[in-house]
Amino acid sequence: MVPTSYYVGVSAVLFVIGALGVLVRRNPLVIFMSIEIMLNAANLAFVAFGQRHGSIDGQALVFFVLCVAAAEVAVGLAIIVAIFRLRRRLSVDELSLMRG
Amino acid sequence: MTAGLLTFWVLAAMAVASAAGVVLKRNPIHSALFLVVHLATLAALFLKMRAEFLATVQVIVYAGAIAILFVFAIMVLIPGREETGPDPLRAQRLLAVPVAGLLLVLLAVMLRSTLFAGPEPAAPVAGGVATIGRVLFTDYLYPFEVTSVLLLVALVGVMALAKRRVA
Repeated sequence: MVPTSYYVGVSAVLFVIGALGVLVRRNPLVIFMSIEIMLNAANLAFVAFGQRHGSIDGQALVFFVLCVAAAEVAVGLAIIVAIFRLRRRLSVDELSLMRG
Repeated sequence: MTAGLLTFWVLAAMAVASAAGVVLKRNPIHSALFLVVHLATLAALFLKMRAEFLATVQVIVYAGAIAILFVFAIMVLIPGREETGPDPLRAQRLLAVPVAGLLLVLLAVMLRSTLFAGPEPAAPVAGGVATIGRVLFTDYLYPFEVTSVLLLVALVGVMALAKRRVA
């Protein structure tokens, strides 16, 4: 059996890759995909820690993360489409309308 | 090296490589396809940890629904023209790489400290439909019901956002 610490290590690497994607990319769609990678890394850590403690609760929490991620992607993509209709361009650096 | 460890390393390498593909590819449609590979690999990792229900849900919800949603959004938004012009925040983006490296180091230090001190559990908890369902409908009943409200709000909100204003 593979030690649970290996899974948590992979999850940490995936989380950092997702964070890097959020920081370096300019296309909001790809930033969204990077956020999905980070959420999935957290899910992997949840399951691994749950197995470590011999508990099913980690897997139940992942179920809720999945629900929130589905709602988040739907709303986020709708917002991106609405912004694109308004501005005809897609770059997060230009979206400073709400800056005070 | 046992077969179990070998499959783990292959899956881990695939997960990391496909995640890097999502971040590094210029064309968003390539990123979306790498994301599908990544999500499917994570489903396999869940299966390897005996989380059978989650692996199934991962394939249906993530690799199915969410990936399709991304591809549709890319089709609507005409990709390929973004991220080609001059970069006004180039210094910040170069700074992002050492910052991410620092985050990885901090995570590694934290995980190496005391979290995995005790012995490994003898056998993994099998997360089949019956086990997960029992937990969801007893201990997590209230959050489970709130989830339905959340999904309903997201549904209505998306329709309100995506509707064209008729003047």
